[in-house]
Amino acid sequence: MNLNQIREQLNLTLLTDTNPPETMPVSSVYTSDLLSCVMAGAKPSSVWVTLQAHMNVIAVATLLEISAVILTEGSQPDPAVLQKANEQGVTLLSTSETSFTVSGQLWELGLRAA
Amino acid sequence: MSNLEIHGRKGTLVTDDTAKDITRVEELAYDIRIGEVMTSDVQALTPDAPMSALLELMRTTRISGAPVIEDGSLVGIISLEDLIRALTANDLEAPVRKYMNPQVITLKDYDPVIEAMERFSKDKVGRFPVVDVNSRLVGMITKGDVTRGLLVSLQRDYQAEEVRRYRASHLFEDINSDRTSLILRYNIKAQDFINGGKASSDIKRALLRLGASPQIARRCGIAIYEAEMNLIIHTTNGGIIRVEIEPHRITMKTTDDGPGIADIKKAMQAGFTTATQQIREMGFGAGMGLVNIQRCVDEMSLQSSPNQGSRLEMRINLQPTESFRELSTKTTEEIKK
Repeated sequence: MNLNQIREQLNLTLLTDTNPPETMPVSSVYTSDLLSCVMAGAKPSSVWVTLQAHMNVIAVATLLEISAVILTEGSQPDPAVLQKANEQGVTLLSTSETSFTVSGQLWELGLRAA
Repeated sequence: MSNLEIHGRKGTLVTDDTAKDITRVEELAYDIRIGEVMTSDVQALTPDAPMSALLELMRTTRISGAPVIEDGSLVGIISLEDLIRALTANDLEAPVRKYMNPQVITLKDYDPVIEAMERFSKDKVGRFPVVDVNSRLVGMITKGDVTRGLLVSLQRDYQAEEVRRYRASHLFEDINSDRTSLILRYNIKAQDFINGGKASSDIKRALLRLGASPQIARRCGIAIYEAEMNLIIHTTNGGIIRVEIEPHRITMKTTDDGPGIADIKKAMQAGFTTATQQIREMGFGAGMGLVNIQRCVDEMSLQSSPNQGSRLEMRINLQPTESFRELSTKTTEEIKK
């Protein structure tokens, strides 16, 4: 599955413009707002679902080579975070849905934790 | 490098297996802009020029098509096929306007090359005029331009990375000493959340440059990230990260001058945290930091007491096959081949 299919199916808003989503494979999903849990649990090429939208989200996503971060409940990164995400090639998507709903939709698409 | 293949993959499932096959060429097709590969020295005609002028242009420049421009704007495109039609009708004195195709599809110079590849396969046209953000004609692009552009970038890419890796991975082989190591130091400021993770990213990149396996680099990256965030979140005056890279092991140390840890045993328990509510709201303070470090490294020691600093030492031992010296020998052999 690629990120563009997820974006279309879940009606997500693309916030960054570095990586074309159709070129980004997604193989698993991790949902958590606790960065250390993400550090321990998220796999490379995964999608991370969280409502955290601050600078360290980008640092974690970069280190783990996460394909994209879905920011839930309408949480909006500030311009500095967006700029950093573009610099580091981290794709950010946003939705007004909750992390629970997004995770459920991703499960329906056939994605799993790993 | 068939554009049909790339085109065909759109909208189909990309599994882990096929993802591996997404080649550098395809990546480049998204990375490189049309403006970088197009021909910018454009030979244009006016609509009132006779078809014989096109014949002459094609004969002298060996191009197979040209844009038609009137008062600075693009009004059509004319190609070899149009010239053949005029020749067949013995109509070479007719104006270009009569034979040109006025419905011009243009590409933008800032669009990725993949756009051009898709249009070539969809529209069965041999060339497209390229316009800039102000719709001004800035060039022409053909399939040949695309192929040439991709090959050039591919080669540039390849050479640059080879040279970088070659140099870095030779560090341990070319220098003779009883014990060679490379030391990286980073000063970490307390409460500097904005730069949190920068040192760990830099260290991970350095390790990859030196030829470490992605798994080793990832383990180091995670361990160092947790240690770096601990310095940012918990220390009074920040601290220092020191990474020593030796051919057979990587040793990472962080030191700070306080406030120290009251109960190390408790601190090592999963879920235990002393982070404030504010820090926890940012998603830190899960009480998993030290646990994550322990999981990622081969050896770990933490020394601390209240009102004094903490010293955290982490070590990853490299298997003989993973050692930097071994890696550098391997790279040399590969390059010699």
